[in-house]
Amino acid sequence: MLEFLGYYNYWVFAILLMIGFYAVITRGNLIKKLLGLSIFQSAVFLMYITMDKVEGGTAPIIQKGAVDQLYSNPLPQVLILTAIVVGVSTTALGLAIVVRIKDVYGTIEEHELFEENRPQ
Amino acid sequence: MNLEAHLPALQVVVPLLSVPVVVLLKPRGLAWAATTATSIVAFAIAISMTAAVLSGSDIRYLMGNWDAPYGIELRVDSLSAVLLLIVTGASTVALVAGRQSIAAQIQEDRHPLFFAAWLLALAGLAGIAVSADAFNVFVFMEISSLASYVLIAGGPDRRALPSVFKYLIMGTIGATFYLIGVGLVYMMTGTLNLADMELRIHEVADQAPILVAAGFITVGLALKAAVFPLHAWLPNAYTFAPHAVTAFLAACATKVSLYVLLRFDFVVFQPNLAGHDVQFAYFLMPLAVLAIVIASAIATVELNLKRLLAYSSVAQIGYIMLGASLTSEAGLTASIVHIFNHALAKGTLFLAVAAIALRYKSLGLDGIAGAGKTMPWTMAAFMIAALSLIGIPGTAGFISKWYLILAALEKGWPGVVLVFVIVVGSLLAVVYVWRVVEVAWFSAPPASGSAAREAPVELLVVTWAAALANLYFGIFTKVPVSLATTAAGSLRELMP
Repeated sequence: MLEFLGYYNYWVFAILLMIGFYAVITRGNLIKKLLGLSIFQSAVFLMYITMDKVEGGTAPIIQKGAVDQLYSNPLPQVLILTAIVVGVSTTALGLAIVVRIKDVYGTIEEHELFEENRPQ
Repeated sequence: MNLEAHLPALQVVVPLLSVPVVVLLKPRGLAWAATTATSIVAFAIAISMTAAVLSGSDIRYLMGNWDAPYGIELRVDSLSAVLLLIVTGASTVALVAGRQSIAAQIQEDRHPLFFAAWLLALAGLAGIAVSADAFNVFVFMEISSLASYVLIAGGPDRRALPSVFKYLIMGTIGATFYLIGVGLVYMMTGTLNLADMELRIHEVADQAPILVAAGFITVGLALKAAVFPLHAWLPNAYTFAPHAVTAFLAACATKVSLYVLLRFDFVVFQPNLAGHDVQFAYFLMPLAVLAIVIASAIATVELNLKRLLAYSSVAQIGYIMLGASLTSEAGLTASIVHIFNHALAKGTLFLAVAAIALRYKSLGLDGIAGAGKTMPWTMAAFMIAALSLIGIPGTAGFISKWYLILAALEKGWPGVVLVFVIVVGSLLAVVYVWRVVEVAWFSAPPASGSAAREAPVELLVVTWAAALANLYFGIFTKVPVSLATTAAGSLRELMP
């Protein structure tokens, strides 16, 4: 049980990931799908942020007089900053496409779009 | 300054830096000219690096002179060279041939933005092929994906919008799966450099996060590469995209994801994870067989020319995966040769489609009746590429199928079953190609007297050049085969 709780940060990641994934799969409304996708991506951001924490570590800044200082790993934060930017762009582009779909089709419900969208 | 040493970086930097310039080029035709020039430069860079790789030395480049595991390393070996040739070549050919097709399909005031997205897609795809850093690959993958969503949605067909939305959702899920996998591997090994990862992953290879990572990375990349049954985004996205964009992306976009999959699985996981090669084979081989049979079967009943070719693409990805799932050197060679040859055939076919679309309103099979008589040259080029797709001797497609059959027969009696599948797939290809032949040559043109005539000369010349390349590489196979053999050797060299 304690081991289970000790990994609670990773459980948060897994549960958020699945909430997002579930929303993407089951929701028919395109905006709700995008919301799900955002939650899905945010879960991954949390995973990267949580894994860089070193117990007892401080911010990775070299200070005068401090020897053998324990630092948290800064690299995952840098990586995930990039991934956040990618996520924001994806959501923005997705929303732009939804706006165009609404303009052209007059609906953003997937099943209504599907009927109109057969080839030929 | 020694320019040659910087070629791997320039391969990405040149198209990337041209983007802000192209956005500003409002006057008619200038954006197209600048984009084509950039693409030709990128193609020249790729050829020159391939020549260096063929002479026997892989190219390594340290970004900003930071040493390998700490900084970002770019690395061009035979496998990346194949991909770079396809990506830059397809972009160049589609741009040169597609000028009128793009002019007909994209509003003129949008041209600078459209071509900027094109260059971003080119930079991203080339970046994936040169990078040796797992996270860097993710960033380039997203650059190329976001740009290709814009390109696909840029056409006049309104049905492109829901298709591209689906592609965006599925593509993002695939890329995020890959990101999760890379994060888990980084958590256990502390490195993002693929070669360094291979050295360090051994100690932790039996730990749960690594196994989960292998699963996430394989599935995520399979989604991006449209491996059956994760191909649902592909047919509609290819069908409703502007025709020149289809010619560009169909030739290279999925193959670049396959390349990352091969690289990650064979270099990092298979030498270190016990039993991973068996899992890889048992997981992907059935999917490859299903892709070949089912997607080809769907193509035989499809009514729209572009959708027919898109489903055939899904089947061809099956052949590539089949070669890889044999995990032998011969199988990988076949797989890589087929990456090259299928890009040639599909690129040519979609260029011919772009030509037909300029003259015919509908690309439904009954809509192009009689095209063989009104556009004989275009349809002849189409036929050459289609024969290569089937794998008729004398064409490039035959070479890869031949290697694939040889590789399958190495496996004893299960290999005979695979050969049977390959033959069935080829026969189904004969059927769907015949359906096009039938309407193009043996049905009468619509009675109303269509005004269809031969395609514009520049489009025709480039399409024919691409078609002749299909014949050339069917006879002079040295370049693709020696690249593929070296690449397969280097993928396999770490295996136990």
